[in-house]
Amino acid sequence: MAYEKESISVTNLSKIFHTTSGEITALQDISLSIGEGEFFCIVGPSGCGKTTLLRILAGLDSSSGGTISLKTTNVDRPINSMVFQEQSIFPWMTVIDNVSYGLRMRNIPKKERYEIANHYIEMIGLSKFTHAYPSQLSGGMKQRVSVARAFANDPEILLMDEPFGALDEQNRILLQHELLRIWEEARKTTVFITHSIDEALCLGDRIMVMSANPGMIKTIITNDLPRPRKISEIRTSLQYNQLFQSIWQILRDEVTNSKANSSTEEKSNY
Amino acid sequence: MIKQDYSSLLIRILSILSPLSILILWEVMARVHIIDTRLLSSPSLILHAFIPLLLSGELLYNTAVSVQRVLWGFLAGSAPGIVLGIGMGLSPLIRSAFEPMIAATYPIPKLALMPLILLVFGLGETSKIFTIAIGVFYLVVINTMAGVLSIDKIYLDVAQNFGANRKNFYLTVALPGALPMIFAGLKLGMGMALILIVAAELSAAKAGVGWMIWRAYDMFAIEQMFIALITLSFLGYLFSLLLDALENWVLPWKKQV
Ligand SMILES: Nc1ncnc2c1ncn2[C@@H]1O[C@H](COP(=O)(O)OP(=O)(O)O)[C@@H](O)[C@H]1O
Ligand SMILES: [Mg+2]
Repeated sequence: MAYEKESISVTNLSKIFHTTSGEITALQDISLSIGEGEFFCIVGPSGCGKTTLLRILAGLDSSSGGTISLKTTNVDRPINSMVFQEQSIFPWMTVIDNVSYGLRMRNIPKKERYEIANHYIEMIGLSKFTHAYPSQLSGGMKQRVSVARAFANDPEILLMDEPFGALDEQNRILLQHELLRIWEEARKTTVFITHSIDEALCLGDRIMVMSANPGMIKTIITNDLPRPRKISEIRTSLQYNQLFQSIWQILRDEVTNSKANSSTEEKSNY
Repeated sequence: MIKQDYSSLLIRILSILSPLSILILWEVMARVHIIDTRLLSSPSLILHAFIPLLLSGELLYNTAVSVQRVLWGFLAGSAPGIVLGIGMGLSPLIRSAFEPMIAATYPIPKLALMPLILLVFGLGETSKIFTIAIGVFYLVVINTMAGVLSIDKIYLDVAQNFGANRKNFYLTVALPGALPMIFAGLKLGMGMALILIVAAELSAAKAGVGWMIWRAYDMFAIEQMFIALITLSFLGYLFSLLLDALENWVLPWKKQV
């Protein structure tokens, strides 16, 4: 790859869940290398292990085999911050306390962390709700708070698990813009899970397509659409459409395969 | 809108009217001798006995004595209940060490422990406070543990991912997450404390609202008994108001749902 330094390295990673109904191979033989400052997207059918991979990278789950390593360059900054797929902001904290949570954990004085938090609250368009509790926010607003919480923490690596999936169209585009802008400024290594091929093409440097049962890497596509990207413009380019088609083809096969698999499984259960 | 105002007014009137009509019915039945005033007294007789009891300071003194015991017992039971409950909720090790013991001893009526408590702690204040504390403790510890266990796992992940140390984990996740259930336990505990104070003051007490009840029984002073009962229910109401106020203050995020 064109990246000088490696930020994330994963070798032969596997993850097996032992459940009452048997073993689930969520990840099998995953090897990849993500460069420092790279925007890396992951797409794949639901249940293919995207969240599991991200959680292992974040250190929230252990692997069943293989190794991962995250390089740190600056000891003062947190290694990674995660934007979770599900509702994850604390109901018992106001918006500003949620956004500044990571800074508080790092003992940054209240005045300073509120200043930083205010900046990101403005970015997600929730200034009016700075001191409101999450019960007063819609689902999409809560997800934006979760994004701001990760940004405000200023980690070396951003891990984002379908962060914009629950947002309406306008807010999704707005936040994609913001994310691109911040990323282009700070060049933070970003691992971004999405179920939208379009989103992956708008944001990513490379796009990893995964297959399910077991969760494996199908292919990794390099997305060399020129930067800085204007989300409103790139969709019309020929290159975009070619890339879209090739990813869609892989995914379509994958989805129909897993459908066929699960229907034969269902039959064999009877 | 108007219809709603009207019905809420009706509800308010009814909630005042129905106890009032019971009082009136009680008084009328007492006056026409349908009920025996020696046993069930009447509102006017009770009021008549109330005034000297209030003016002499006797009622206030006894109330203060009981309130003190209830508060100390409540504190002595709920503080360790919250701490142990959080520990049991967070650590499977602590849980497996204490849960069987608590589950096995919980069903013992706390009143059945009174003789033992008296033998151990003697006849003084400690035995009364301890009786109340133990009743409160069980309700608080069980509810606190359930509260911690009910915290969505995602919040533990967030705390870990954003680098919360042990202390911050307790203060920013475990405690606030369990607080709604802790308050449920505290409210139940307060009800239990009022039950137990009467029992605790049955034996070897020289003052207190519960003591007033038992003395009124001995002296067959029915009015005083009713006054003590009313004082107890007033205390119960007051304490629940206080706990509600405290809850609204500590859990501002709960009330705006
Ligand atoms: N904690 C768990 N216990 C058991 N199975 C799990 C657990 N987490 C995920 N899985 C299983 O692992 C597979 C991958 O899940 P996940 O990583 O959430 O997929 P994705 O995020 O791609 O939708 C699924 O089959 C899921 O049921
Ligand atoms: Mg997922």
